[in-house]
Amino acid sequence: MSRAPATTPSRAAIDWRNVFFSVLVPILAIFTALLIGAGIIWATGANVAAAYTGLFSGAFGGVQAISNTLVEATPFMFAGLAVAVGFKCGLFNIGAEGQLAMGAISAAVAGFAITGLPTFIHLPLALVIGALGGAFWGAIPGFLRARTGAHEVIVTIMMNYIAIRLTDYLIKGPLRDRNASAPRTPNILESAQLPLLLGPEYRLHAGFLIAVIMAFFINWLLNRTTTGFEIGTVGANPGAARYAGISITRNFVLAMSMSGALAGLAGAVTVLGVERNLKASFSAGYGFDSIAVALLAKSNPIGIIPAAIFWGALRNGAGLMQLQSGISINLINIIQALVIVFVAAPDIIRLIYRIPKTGDQQAVFTRGWGS
Amino acid sequence: MPPVLEVRNITKRFPGVLANDQVSFTLEPGEIHAFLGENGAGKSTLMNILYGLYQPDEGEIIINGEQVALHSPLDAISRGLGMVHQHFMLIPTVTVAENVMLGKEITRGPLLDRATASKRIRDLSEQYGLAIPPDALVEDLPVGVQQRVEIVKALYRGADILILDEPTAVLTPQEAEDLFKVIFSLRDQGKAIIFISHKLKEVRRIADRITVLRRGRVVGSADPQTATEAQLATMMVGREVVLKVEKGQAHPGQVVLSVQYLTVIDDRGTLAVDQLSLEVFAGEVLGIAGVQGNGQSELVEAITGLRSAISGSVRLLGKEVTNTASRVLYEAGMGHIPEDRHRHGMVTSYSIADNMVLSTYYNDPFAKGWVLNSAAINTNAATLVEKFDVRTPSIETPAGKLSGGNQQKVVVAREFSRPLKLLIAAQPTRGIDVGSIEFIHKGIVRQRDEGTGVLLVSAELDEILALADRIAVMFKGKIIAMLPAVQATREGLGLLMAGVTNQQSVTPAPDDLDFAIAASPDAGANAPEPPQAPV
Repeated sequence: MSRAPATTPSRAAIDWRNVFFSVLVPILAIFTALLIGAGIIWATGANVAAAYTGLFSGAFGGVQAISNTLVEATPFMFAGLAVAVGFKCGLFNIGAEGQLAMGAISAAVAGFAITGLPTFIHLPLALVIGALGGAFWGAIPGFLRARTGAHEVIVTIMMNYIAIRLTDYLIKGPLRDRNASAPRTPNILESAQLPLLLGPEYRLHAGFLIAVIMAFFINWLLNRTTTGFEIGTVGANPGAARYAGISITRNFVLAMSMSGALAGLAGAVTVLGVERNLKASFSAGYGFDSIAVALLAKSNPIGIIPAAIFWGALRNGAGLMQLQSGISINLINIIQALVIVFVAAPDIIRLIYRIPKTGDQQAVFTRGWGS
Repeated sequence: MPPVLEVRNITKRFPGVLANDQVSFTLEPGEIHAFLGENGAGKSTLMNILYGLYQPDEGEIIINGEQVALHSPLDAISRGLGMVHQHFMLIPTVTVAENVMLGKEITRGPLLDRATASKRIRDLSEQYGLAIPPDALVEDLPVGVQQRVEIVKALYRGADILILDEPTAVLTPQEAEDLFKVIFSLRDQGKAIIFISHKLKEVRRIADRITVLRRGRVVGSADPQTATEAQLATMMVGREVVLKVEKGQAHPGQVVLSVQYLTVIDDRGTLAVDQLSLEVFAGEVLGIAGVQGNGQSELVEAITGLRSAISGSVRLLGKEVTNTASRVLYEAGMGHIPEDRHRHGMVTSYSIADNMVLSTYYNDPFAKGWVLNSAAINTNAATLVEKFDVRTPSIETPAGKLSGGNQQKVVVAREFSRPLKLLIAAQPTRGIDVGSIEFIHKGIVRQRDEGTGVLLVSAELDEILALADRIAVMFKGKIIAMLPAVQATREGLGLLMAGVTNQQSVTPAPDDLDFAIAASPDAGANAPEPPQAPV
């Protein structure tokens, strides 16, 4: 090995070779999952080509389809970012589902109960209140972990039940719209609605743009600010963080609050952009699927954008696939599960496609051998 | 007799690194062949190739006259190779016998035949003088005995060639002596032994032949009878190495650190530091000698804000700082080289540049308000890498990819890059190569000469003797002796470290020891006699 070169590469410099290899495995994982899915379709006697054509055109065939895919992708983006922020601090936030519910109910209340404000105040206010609802729900397990050592996985799972039942009660009880037949909250005011991006005939709303901007913002925050440095240090090596004078307690609470706020936004934009009210059956498993999205993106905030769009596309395209080939929508669940298996166990993909481990990964092998 | 193992022209490349470059050597039966080399010289790569963990890019391996390809450790084991890793591969919660036979169990029907296994282990133990209790749980055994279990494990699998990777790194001097006896006994019964080390003394003591590696290449072999330590060090490092640290007289000034009646408990709740008092003066090195586990770690953690003391006080530059946050202490001028660089000293996944600002990232110029300033962070790293001779491909390289010595230089460079009043150096050269040790020792002496008070904690007696101006011996949480370095001898300190104080009249209470007596050579004549060497 030689001395460090005199020139100092920029901190933000992109190593394209690294990017290629880190993208390669998820892409091959998706490809392999689709291939196995094809085998399953074929085994049930259906037409593979028709099924996948249906899936693709349902997801991307035309402006309407793309618009719907991006609408589906938006909550995954927020909630995926939520999980990624937790990971960065070494915390496994299983609670996105509950934080999302708290964000949704907070935003819904802010949307219908606060009156007399112009859009440019009411809408941001409703979003912020939604984020705060999620942040509050996320901060609790963060605080408990930091102060008492209670494991965040257990606590967030339990908090999910509380949040989902609590919102259910509120929707069916005190917050129920007495004029509606089905249990739901009153509709939010027009001043709290997220504007539609492509006109009234398409569902795509400004929440998608906010999600993309948020991904870049979180990426910047984690990599370029002192806050990100602290969260990353606590996540990578708590001992070193303590040694460096970084408070683990503070960063656990901070990261879980940020994570909760992002999950809360996932709920808020769905209420303010799509549903316009909160129904009892609101929860669609976004919070749990977002763990998969974060995994697929390897917790990289920018990577969350395509990962979430892929997830949204599978969900959105499934309907047309079923229509065109008679294949059950449940096949999509199988494909999603396979993608996660392959992403979580990249060695399977490396073995199938004979991708050599990069020098970095090999070098890790020698750790502890007295090298 | 033909060589039991012959390695011809082995080359192994990793991206950006030539780890082994045309390495050749032979190993005879009944021979102890030592491999000397700095960290990163390619010793471990070579051994991993022999053990089937890596495939060489070029070259051949010949075992007992037959050319072999070793694709996995199983291949290597079936060819009679056995390896004892530096970090043991034992399951702590099961017995010695079960560990030894794991993967090659003796069974009676579907059941384990523990009695036969224990007997075979006893036979092996007796044959080679390796006393191990077959029915004890591994976790209850001292490190030295666990290591013997590893050796027996290899012998049980029929090893004729034993590779010992830095076997003495984890042992006390007494345990190391026992190990050497075992190694001699193995050699005398025809086993061939590869002994990897970077400790010059022990290699000269036990090896029949020494091969020196540097930067992946064999740079020569040496006869342990005739080669001097200085010659071996020069071969290893590639230039002359000053084994003795050059340092002048200390000029102690004000008290920078004052510890009074400090009491600290360890993670298990037992008393680790017991009413301990000491003072460190500006411009001197106070060395704390002692066998590991006598409270040194807890003492350092309490002083540096990583552990709460339950009573007593710590004053830094006259200011009360007991149980104060580390960051406040750093800002007051304290530097800390932690004893475990992986646990505390660095984030291995972070770049060198980020590790160089691990505790100062929030200060101008590294951060402008909330935003990190990459340019300043990189400039800082480039300067320190140059100044501290950190061998790395770039400042963007993750710190975990560096060799131990270079990692330690990153830690030291970071701590020295701030203006220091007090330096706490815990095991500053543990597990690193001669070249880096020399460099870090010089750095510590330079800090002293610039007026920093240094508290040096080390389990290496040589290090204490080389650097300290005053020496305190710590035993069971107390300082049982404090003496000027000029009066210290290896033997005397060794006895003190074992807790033997009754033979001498060394001042037992450190807090009423007048520093003037300890520091000045004139007054030193009146100071207590140093402990005598055992006969």
